[in-house]
Amino acid sequence: MVRAFRDVLQEKDFVITAEIGPPKGTDLSRLVHHIELLRDRVDGLNVTDNQSSVMRVSSLAACRLIVEHGGEPILQLTCRDRNRLALQSELLSAWVLGVRNVLCLTGDYVTVGDHPEAKPVFDLDSVQLLQTVQCLNQGRDLAGNSLEGATDFLPGAVVTPEADPLEPQLIKFAKKIRAGARFFQTQAIYDLDRFRQFMDRARQWLAQAQTGPVKILAGMVLLTSAKMARYMNEHVPGVMVPEALIQELARAEKGKALQVGIEIAGRLIRQIYQERLCDGVHIMAIGREERVPDILAAAGIG
Amino acid sequence: MIVAERKPLEEIEAMLGEAERVLVVGCGTCVAVCMAGGEKEVELLSGELRMRSKLAGRRRRIDQVTLTRQCDREYLELLAAYVGEYDVLLSTACGAGVQLLAERFEGRPVLPALNTRFIGVAEGPGQWSQRCLACGQCLLHLTGGICPVTICPKNLLNGPCGGTNHGKCEVNPENDCAWTLIYRRLEKLGRLDLLEAIQPPKDYRPMTKPARVVHPAFQAQSPPK
Repeated sequence: MVRAFRDVLQEKDFVITAEIGPPKGTDLSRLVHHIELLRDRVDGLNVTDNQSSVMRVSSLAACRLIVEHGGEPILQLTCRDRNRLALQSELLSAWVLGVRNVLCLTGDYVTVGDHPEAKPVFDLDSVQLLQTVQCLNQGRDLAGNSLEGATDFLPGAVVTPEADPLEPQLIKFAKKIRAGARFFQTQAIYDLDRFRQFMDRARQWLAQAQTGPVKILAGMVLLTSAKMARYMNEHVPGVMVPEALIQELARAEKGKALQVGIEIAGRLIRQIYQERLCDGVHIMAIGREERVPDILAAAGIG
Repeated sequence: MIVAERKPLEEIEAMLGEAERVLVVGCGTCVAVCMAGGEKEVELLSGELRMRSKLAGRRRRIDQVTLTRQCDREYLELLAAYVGEYDVLLSTACGAGVQLLAERFEGRPVLPALNTRFIGVAEGPGQWSQRCLACGQCLLHLTGGICPVTICPKNLLNGPCGGTNHGKCEVNPENDCAWTLIYRRLEKLGRLDLLEAIQPPKDYRPMTKPARVVHPAFQAQSPPK
């Protein structure tokens, strides 16, 4: 049985989490394979919530599966598909099913996904969702009603270090801390000099916030090809893959680009670890979850 | 004002079906300003319908009239004398006008010629943009006069999401990110402090439909509904 993410976050000097995506359909074999593969290799397994607005098995169901397989799940919860009743109900359900960590996100807009005609909800925003978790942790619901049995979630949130402009992003980052976020998993970063600058700014806000310890895990999306890296630069807001890395991928022999992407991720993680730029990394090997152990091996911390 | 746009002619034709006597009823207020349903547009629409009927060899009489407003009963009364001459009324008002017209002349089919889009402003010649969602709880004093409930597709109240992209919105890259606009405006106003307060979840009760407003001076005598 792995340790509670809450404890790991406090005690370990470098924390590693990874993201897995639930299936679109009822065949759980790949998901279970990824859980088995990663359970003991990372400190927490994030499960996406209808990622990119594409309908799938729920984050909660997959998180429960992780619990049953002895892993430590981090429930991703977005504001896109549920109003405040459904969000709170989902949180209570997650707690009673053994989920102890929740990552609060706004969520992608519906039109990017596979049901673009759907009604977007966004009843709460990510800051208000963090406050909601705080309420439930204190034994009350958002309307102030007392609960028969409280939750005790470890709430987390996201931040985009490469956001342009950065200032409003940092103001929101500070609000998320005040609303109870105890860990952050960032959007993907590739330029460590820029990330260092971001961390300097973030630490100033953290010092001002005067809350308990707040841990920051750098996001790392596995680059699979030069084309994919360019696509992210063009289409994924807040992600900036430096040209040098794109060239490195482009120079890879035919069929070897993914291997180069794994080496790049490993190298960046190693440098973040050696310089202690932040408290850990969050690996998003979208659709290539089985390569996460290779990334960890390349980083030399597997 | 309320901004609307005309439905495609084919759709309007299909709605008219076999109707032989059609009265196109324009509205002289918002939809006239946004060039969708005022006197000129009624003239144009009626002409197009007449031409298509003629080409199709269809016997159809199309008359036209433009009222000052369709959202006020007193102006609708002007039609009472001759509305009986028509099989259908084709309204180029916003959805509110269409409904009042249908309510006043209950026995007669009233068809919508427009799609009502939003409450907005004129951005330039022939261009309008949405500015107000009529949420019933204005918070523009907190956001530098820029409405996140309307301008941000996710109606975020506490700052930009991760989809903010060099000042643009990921949902439609042609649009500015509401929260970047708000940040810049408040910076100009020297009121960035306003961004630091956590805004609580919005109370959606004022948006419960259908909403109704009674002016305080008229509250005692408001008619039972």
